Parts: sequence; C-alpha cells; structure tokens
Amino acid sequence: MYGPDQKVDIQLSVNGMPRRGAAEPRRTLADFLRDDLGLTGTHLGCEHGVCGACTVLVDGEPARSCLMLAVQAEGRQVVTIEGLAEEGKMGPLQEAMWEEHSFQCGFCTPGMLVQLSHLLKTNPTPTEAEVRASISGNLCRCTGYESIVRGAMAVTRRQPDGD
Amino acid sequence: MLSDNGPDARVLAGGQSLIPMLSLRLARPGLLVDLGRVPGLDRIELGAGSTFVSCMVREAQAERSEALLRRIPLLRDTLPLIGHEAIRNRGTLVGSLCHADPAAELPAVALALDAVVTAQSASRGSRRIAARDFFLGPYTTSLQDDELVTGVEMADQPPGGSCFLEISRRRGDFAMAGLAALLAIEAGKVQRLRLSFCAVGDRPILWTEQELQVAGAVLNDDLIQHLAETTSAALRPIADVHGSAAYKRQVAAVLVRRAIRLAQLRAESGPDPETGSGG
Repeated sequence: MYGPDQKVDIQLSVNGMPRRGAAEPRRTLADFLRDDLGLTGTHLGCEHGVCGACTVLVDGEPARSCLMLAVQAEGRQVVTIEGLAEEGKMGPLQEAMWEEHSFQCGFCTPGMLVQLSHLLKTNPTPTEAEVRASISGNLCRCTGYESIVRGAMAVTRRQPDGD
Repeated sequence: MLSDNGPDARVLAGGQSLIPMLSLRLARPGLLVDLGRVPGLDRIELGAGSTFVSCMVREAQAERSEALLRRIPLLRDTLPLIGHEAIRNRGTLVGSLCHADPAAELPAVALALDAVVTAQSASRGSRRIAARDFFLGPYTTSLQDDELVTGVEMADQPPGGSCFLEISRRRGDFAMAGLAALLAIEAGKVQRLRLSFCAVGDRPILWTEQELQVAGAVLNDDLIQHLAETTSAALRPIADVHGSAAYKRQVAAVLVRRAIRLAQLRAESGPDPETGSGG
C-alpha cells in the first residue's frame, strides 16, 4: 500500500524503449509521460476522457492516458505520438495527413494520429464511415474533421503493394 | 482494505468513470484499491444457461466474446454504444453497474435481463443482489462500503427478439434516452415484453408485460403506439443541457416504437444464421 506522497517506482516500455520513473500513485499516465518522461506530444484537453487528445496505445490498444494512473502502466508497452515516426521520418499516415492539411493548431493531432494508426493497423482499407467512427472520440475545434478524414483516406489509397 | 477504510476507500477497476470524478474533484477517496493486478478477475465464465462476467472484464473484451454475445444478444447492440473505443478498452461492465450513472446503458440492460451481482465483504462473506434491488438512485447502489462486486451473472436470453437503442447528440455521447427491449411473441401475441430505460430517470426504469398489461395482447401498431404513449407519459426525466423533460419524453416514445418494431422483426426472423443469435 502506498501513502499519498510516496513515490512508486515504475518501469515500462515507451515507444519500444524501456523507461523508468517514480510517481505518486495519484499521478496520471498523461502527466507522467509529459512531465516525468518529457514526452509532451501527448496533450491534455479535458482531463476527463472526453476529448481524446491524450490518447496513447497501451499494449497495442487505444486508451485515454488521462484516465490511467501512471502506476497502472507498470510493465506495459505504451506508444505515444513520438513513437509513430521511426527515426524521425514521418510514416505514411503522417505524410498523408501532412499533404491533406489534416491539422491547424495541432492540439488534437497526436490523439488523432494514435487513434488512426491503430485503425489502419487493424483495418488497412477502412471506409470513410469507419474512419469517422474511429475518430468519433477525438474532438477537433479547428478543422471540422473533413481534412482529417481526407488524410486518413489518402493513406489507404497510397498503399503500394508491399508497403 | 475496504473494511478497514470504509467510505474513504474506492475500488479502481477500469477507472473510466472514477478517475474523471477524481480529476473533477467530485470524489476524494483517501484510498484507491486497484483491482488491475489481481489475477483471475477477467474471466467470462460460460455456464449452463447463464454467464458470469467477472469484475475486471473490460467492455472491449466482452465486445469481442462471440460466445457471450450469442447467449446475450442485447450486449451486441449495447456495448458499441458505450463511450468510445478507448474508453471500452479500459472500462469494465461491472464497474459501470457499480457506478450506476443514471444515463449508463449497462444498468438498464442488467435490469432488463434480471442480472444478479455477487457482492463480497471480508466479514460477511458473499451475497447475491438482483438488479431490481441494486440500483437505488443516481450513482447509488445497495452495496455496503466494505463490499466488492466480484462479478455479474446474466442468464442466456430466452428465444425471441431484443434490441438496445439510444439517442445521443453525437456517437459515443451520454444518451438522452436509451431503451433495452426484450420481446417474445407467439401467433402475433405478446408472451413477454420488457422495456428498460436509461437516462430518463434517476436510475434505470423497467416495465414488464405484466405491469403494462399486455400479456397475450396482439402486437400491432395500435398496441405499440399505446405502449409508447403510456411509458413515456410516466417518465420524469430531468431537463438539462441536452433537452427539456418534454423533449426527452418524446424521444423515449420514439425509442419505444422503434425498439419494439426491431425486436419484433428479430423475433419473427429467427436466429441470425451468421451469429446464431436470436437478436
């Protein structure tokens, strides 16, 4: 049992790398990623699970990092937006969204990308309806979603064989 | 731990309802008891005629369980309507029942199915609580402070048709009104009807064919309209940012008509050849 000011050692995998830190039990995974690990790509929009800006992958599945405590991520594999570009090179989804101007202020973008990258992994050729359903839990105040959907659909079109 | 700390301790299961409450300072427990690392709490136990869903079964896990959905087709309709994918990856069925949000879908489904939760305490052992005795009011169940729900038992749905429908402003939003309908008809007459509403009262609200006085009645448009009017008129939804009480009653009536018709269609078409479910 941990007292309120007691920090707990946490070891987990983040973007394929083993990371560790110490956090109070009440610290959210979002705050831990951002402030303890310096991965500020994960954004805090509402801090109660509604907006989706904090979406990360935990053991391969989308989760709201603002609704997880850092201690719950012990031993888990977490992927953040920083993990989507391999060796600093944008992946096909990011490139397609770049070309389609799928973002303006960029605040929702990490959550959108994490969610969509998960969709495309499980369903490489989604319909537009499936794309919209997938991002229904990610709020955007700038774009009106059309350019985001276009970006996601553009990825499915640019999949050459073997890519 | 729950016994020692009384109301100051809260159980952390999926956290998708509890952690927002902490963030919004609506709950300030001194102690969180995290069930996440306790082994064996994520079982879906398929028994003879019923299924026991343990307390850490995630909603997404249930969504993927064809065996569960065949036995309880109502969950096939309901689970995808709960929040969003990211929420369902962490949120638990039992957690939703214990949280007892008046707008939540699963309590209405539990009530429609006569589900039974098993509650356990360190000093008094375990007891079974039927859904009709479980939901007392907004965010209020009949659980004692030192009790932990270890799971919920749901009987296989009997033959017939069922559906869950809800109206919300956007996909994944809290329902303005939601309805679980279970129907059994024979020769065009109602044998069994259960209408269980969420989001239109301080807890889920159930009507049975007995209470509605329609056992043996011919199921036609007039009866459906009568049921829509009778049930919606009796509802006392709260007015809020989503709509006035009158609007919500109107929406509830629409749901009654749609749900009974869909349940009837499913009852008449028989088990789905692909999924084996009776709908």
